[in-house]
Amino acid sequence: MSTPTAVRVWENHLLRYRKIWGSHLLGAFVQPVLYLVGMGLGVGALVDRSTDSIVLLDGITYFEFLAPALLATTAMMSGGQTSLWEVADGFIWSHRYVAMASTPLRPREIADGLALWHTTRIALAVTAVAGVLALFDETRTWGLLVAIPAAVLTGLAFALPISAWSSTRKNGSSFPAVIRFALIPMFLFGGAFFPIDQLPEWLQPVAYVTPLWHGIELCRGAVIPSVDAGPVAVHVAVLLAYAVVGLLACRATFAKALRP
Amino acid sequence: MSDAVIIASDLRKQFDNFVAVDGIDFEVRPGESFGFLGPNGAGKTSTMRMIGCVSPITSGSLTVFGLDPNVDGSEIRSRMGVVPQSDQLDPELTVAENLLIYGRYFDISRSECRRRTVELLDFVQLSDRANDQVDPLSGGMKRRLTIARSLINEPELLLLDEPTTGLDPQARHVLWDRLYRLKQRGVTLVLTTHYMDEAEQLCDRLVVMDEGRIAAEGSPRNLIDRYSTREVLELRFAIGENDANAATLEGIGERCELLPDRILIYDDDGEEALGEVHRRGVDPVASLVRRSSLEDVFLRLTGRALVD
Repeated sequence: MSTPTAVRVWENHLLRYRKIWGSHLLGAFVQPVLYLVGMGLGVGALVDRSTDSIVLLDGITYFEFLAPALLATTAMMSGGQTSLWEVADGFIWSHRYVAMASTPLRPREIADGLALWHTTRIALAVTAVAGVLALFDETRTWGLLVAIPAAVLTGLAFALPISAWSSTRKNGSSFPAVIRFALIPMFLFGGAFFPIDQLPEWLQPVAYVTPLWHGIELCRGAVIPSVDAGPVAVHVAVLLAYAVVGLLACRATFAKALRP
Repeated sequence: MSDAVIIASDLRKQFDNFVAVDGIDFEVRPGESFGFLGPNGAGKTSTMRMIGCVSPITSGSLTVFGLDPNVDGSEIRSRMGVVPQSDQLDPELTVAENLLIYGRYFDISRSECRRRTVELLDFVQLSDRANDQVDPLSGGMKRRLTIARSLINEPELLLLDEPTTGLDPQARHVLWDRLYRLKQRGVTLVLTTHYMDEAEQLCDRLVVMDEGRIAAEGSPRNLIDRYSTREVLELRFAIGENDANAATLEGIGERCELLPDRILIYDDDGEEALGEVHRRGVDPVASLVRRSSLEDVFLRLTGRALVD
């Protein structure tokens, strides 16, 4: 029986990941712990003392508000970062994908293999965060098992469109800007650290069209039973749309780059 | 001939407004070693990429193993090996892992990949580096590893794009020796080069390419016989004296080429020509009689020297 083509591409990524998995997972584990302790418990102590917070956070503690959102933000950061230099590397530095393209593998199959790998890597990072959340009473719930796939889908909604774009770059000069001007602002203002109805009115629609907010709503709703996630189907549909369009775009840009 | 491995007819490749390959015809027969000789920009790599089914043809027709690259690209690629101009090795993996993972792209089982890796590393004399990282390897070793990698699927046809460019003379000879062994095993070799000696060493038959077209075709010996004399007399003069001396030398030999740094006189007997040069009272700074090479063929066909 033959191995599916996307799996053969995935094997390359896995083989290389096996050399760095320790630092990747440690990072995925330590960072949310720092945010949970520093922001969740530290800032949370101040926030929860204010009477307004009952209204603003719908009656949950700041820790409960922040913790599940870290599943989605970690997915975004993990998916975003591995879609920049690492994808461009395959085209312009190591030529890994160029080499693959001279084997029976087709550009579309290479894109699918990358998508499969993104899924794996984001799932590993998100699971590490879920492991952290399981350490705390407030967030130790079976809902984490629902939040994990929601977070993975959020990560793909970033990873796939960004990968399509990265594969068209001739160098990596614009990559730091993606992190500074897209990922970090979303991380800060996308609804993880405070509800987006605290944003200026003109900014709120921006949050609604970014994938992160939808992912955070899903994760929060899954982990904290008293939170209403709103229209779940809409959240999932938006995330799926980003991911599917991103995958189709990857197939197209990979074909253009690998079959000139 | 219907059993040809590659048949191209009126093959063209155009990028936007630039025509890289401008209507070429050629056939490569099984077991043959076939070369594309030409300067940089002649269209050699574009041709190789079309044969390798990684660049769609613009017009004309091309078949590889009797199949159409547009339709059966994946199957064609599964039966050939490719040694690209730049090595494209995976720098994060070891020597052996590079072979293993490349074999997996062809869906060769892990155990079979491991078996072939041992064999191939032995063939390219890299067995002792199997577990080393790729980066510290010398240019010649990386090239050999790339060749080993291209053989992991036991290809019937091997494409080599400038296999020895950038290597030192010793590394080139090691590589030529390995390629010669492959040829003896019946692998069809198609290579591009801008080195005359490489073409003469490796190719049974070659085409001379220039500006996207084929200028001539034949065996190295045959091309030299057809387009050059048996011997060449090279004369060097002090700077600025080339033109004046060229006039005096007129009529010696069959033909004369005036290059910026020397004058070439084509004659079947170089010593005889040199005698005549002296009889005419011309006294070059240096003179050399040598056999004609493909360099002379190229000069004759295009009016330009080949080396960049």
